[in-house]
Amino acid sequence: MGSVYRARDLHFPNVIKLVAVKEMINQAPDPLVRQTIVSNFEREANILATLSHPAIPRIYDYFSLDNRSYLVLEFIGGHDLEVIISQTEGFLPEEQVLAWAIELCDVMSFLHNHKPDPIIFRDLKPSNVMINQHNHVILIDFGIAKVFQSGQKGTMIGTEGYSPPEQYRGEASVQADIYALGASLHHIVTKRDPRLEPPFSFNERPVRKINPNVSAELESVINIALQYTPSDRFKSVEDFKQALIAAGRKTGLLNRINVGPSVIVQGNDIKPLWVFKCEDEIRGTPAYHNGSLFVGCYDNNLYALDAAEGKFQWKYATDGGVVSRPAVFEESLFFGSEDKLVHAVNMRSGKVVWTYATDGRVRSSPRIADGHVFVGSDDRMLHAINLATGRRAWTVDAGGEVRSTPFVTPDLIYFGAESGDFICANFNGNIKWRFKAKRSLTSSPWVYKDTVFVSSVDNHLYALDAKSGWAVWRFRMDKPSISSPAVADDMVFVGCSDAHIYAVDARSSKEIWRFKTEHQVNGSPVLYKDALYCGSIDGNLYCIEYKTGRMRWKFNTKGPITGTPVVYDDIIYVGSNDHLVYALLA
Amino acid sequence: MMDFIKNLFGGKKEPPKRSAIDNVITAPLSEAQLQSIKATASARFEPVQLIVASGQSVGRQRELNEDSLFTLASTIAGNSGNPPFGLFIIADGMGGHQYGEVASNTAIRSISGYVLNKFHGSFFAMPSVPLEESLQEILMGAIMDAQRRVLQEAPGSGTTATSALVVGQQLTIGHVGDSRAYAIYPDHRIELLTRDHSLVRRLEELGQITASEAAVHPQRNVLYRALGQGESLEPDIVTMPFPVGGYLMICSDGLWGVLSDDEISKIVLGAPDIQRACQELVAAANNAGGPDNISVIIARMLS
Repeated sequence: MGSVYRARDLHFPNVIKLVAVKEMINQAPDPLVRQTIVSNFEREANILATLSHPAIPRIYDYFSLDNRSYLVLEFIGGHDLEVIISQTEGFLPEEQVLAWAIELCDVMSFLHNHKPDPIIFRDLKPSNVMINQHNHVILIDFGIAKVFQSGQKGTMIGTEGYSPPEQYRGEASVQADIYALGASLHHIVTKRDPRLEPPFSFNERPVRKINPNVSAELESVINIALQYTPSDRFKSVEDFKQALIAAGRKTGLLNRINVGPSVIVQGNDIKPLWVFKCEDEIRGTPAYHNGSLFVGCYDNNLYALDAAEGKFQWKYATDGGVVSRPAVFEESLFFGSEDKLVHAVNMRSGKVVWTYATDGRVRSSPRIADGHVFVGSDDRMLHAINLATGRRAWTVDAGGEVRSTPFVTPDLIYFGAESGDFICANFNGNIKWRFKAKRSLTSSPWVYKDTVFVSSVDNHLYALDAKSGWAVWRFRMDKPSISSPAVADDMVFVGCSDAHIYAVDARSSKEIWRFKTEHQVNGSPVLYKDALYCGSIDGNLYCIEYKTGRMRWKFNTKGPITGTPVVYDDIIYVGSNDHLVYALLA
Repeated sequence: MMDFIKNLFGGKKEPPKRSAIDNVITAPLSEAQLQSIKATASARFEPVQLIVASGQSVGRQRELNEDSLFTLASTIAGNSGNPPFGLFIIADGMGGHQYGEVASNTAIRSISGYVLNKFHGSFFAMPSVPLEESLQEILMGAIMDAQRRVLQEAPGSGTTATSALVVGQQLTIGHVGDSRAYAIYPDHRIELLTRDHSLVRRLEELGQITASEAAVHPQRNVLYRALGQGESLEPDIVTMPFPVGGYLMICSDGLWGVLSDDEISKIVLGAPDIQRACQELVAAANNAGGPDNISVIIARMLS
């Protein structure tokens, strides 16, 4: 379309006076159309030449030559806002954005109040705003190039991303400029380029979800400017400016008073229904059955508690710590221990039914199906054990310690190993397929709609085809993950040692939200009703709305939480490394 | 068992007796019909068959065909599993631009070339080389590669591209523009699997205009995302189970713009096979005026 040149004005041979020369190419084939374009250009240039405002470059001259027209204007040193956005690491400070926004309102106000006719800028966007050496805004590219684009036909237009819906009905008004200013501010504070997003989708990207440092006040001002319906926006840029100033006063930013990050919800008033103290760390996950809670502990015991009141029922001692979550079948509980045994214990009495020996610590949790207990061991095997007799049916060599809990479907078993191998086997112990991640798979898989979800120490959350093991997608996190995914409503949730809990779209692998805790998230999320519950090494149990990623409350224990909470009948049960088992209202 | 086969292939031997109720659509099914339905329902295909057919027409009002399409369905069956593999692409070059047909042709050639290249090592090398990337990463790479090539081969033009990669039971769709993919089920449900990247669809989603206004909106062909347009591109990529028992249909706006969902599902489900279904869909779009180039691909998985 054209270029801008940095030129030297030779009317002043003894000094260096720089000017900008904007060149526009007239591509219309029809001579009459071409002539109209040139006269439109000249008319616009004449209007601009009369404008005098510090944020509008001065126009020195214009001329046309063959099929090109030129505008000679003030040379502005500095960068345009689009460049500034992309070159800034992290986000621009809010007070800086506020200062520029107020200046933009001033110059827009000048244009909108132009006599005899108001001037609608129509094309406000970060790349049309320069920030000069003195940190003041200058509006460039007065849509003057636009007259050269009319007459071009085609089924494509680049929707600018900053224009309001009504502009596509051919309406250009003060409200259109207000929307575009709101869109530009949204881009500046979120660093999300609206041209890369579906048109008019700003409300799907709330400012503070992307940049939590932005004040709620500024966010709501931007939201008002971005309303679909013009009459819901500010009535004028003057109102817009006043709202910005008010937001700045409220947050104290205009007075350069630094406020700390805003405090979100606090859950200090949450009282547990009961707590139960064991003699060492609880690293694993409890199981609930029939009014009883069963939980393993590193004091070597498996405890049975009354779930309603947290009263002790019985304990069963092994010769090693118990991290394995017990599985329940009929009258018995099945779980592994660091003593290399799988224990089957009577649920009522706590008396042993049988034990089964492996050659390694048993940290995997058993699953029961088809008359067998399936459980992994540090002896690199997945063991299938006859439920009734406690005898070995078969083993599968996984090539690495099996610490993940197998997932069992009506005909297949899925599990990962520390070697990075992921294995799908049938009930006869024959391997159907094998997938290899770059590092270990400690996370326990979840199978949902023919897809296996599992996270890995290689920093990825994987989606594998359950029938063939082909990787459908992988989602990259910042650090390794041993957390086991939970799935609902085509959303996958997983924790990561980068301190986040992630929500990922199961079909597109796009991140839906992420929630930051204060330390690694090695435990696994659990979903109950509309909420997600997950513990963190920071000692907190978090309750998060799973659709939005918004925190409802957190509950602080005195030690890291590495297991998964269990929810039953509106009560959450969770163990912590502070030796306590907690029961909380969901 | 022999009865089933006779019922399936027979009919020549002894035409069933005609009776008064034959013309009544709601009449109870005859014994022979029931048998044949049972036989089809219980038929098992080993290995799983992925079959595909396509149809294309320049339409009644355009002189140039700017649509391009690509289909490939294959089976490698043996002891190491038998994942069906298929790749189906429709690209609709931009009218009003020069080289629309160059753009759409470049798109299908580069996407298919890229994807097949990636799978070559896994399918044909000795020994098989496992894929390094996930299916979504491969399709994403293919579309970004196509974007680059379209910018190179046909600067200033643009094209839609809706591609479906089938591996095993998984259907991965990569999509930009306003060509569409549908799942059509035997109970006449028809489900749109893609979202048009068009301005009117967006305005409609926001309640700014109604569906009927959208259908006649002067800017209804305006896209906000297409291959060859702009420097950055964010295609939609999703994976879902293949509609087993149903049909996957991909088409350009020359088809969906003139036929309603009901008309489409009626034709697809009423046709004796997918080849005929494609022909009939193209014919129906032409009968409705054929204002644009028409392309359609239908795929089924028989298992």
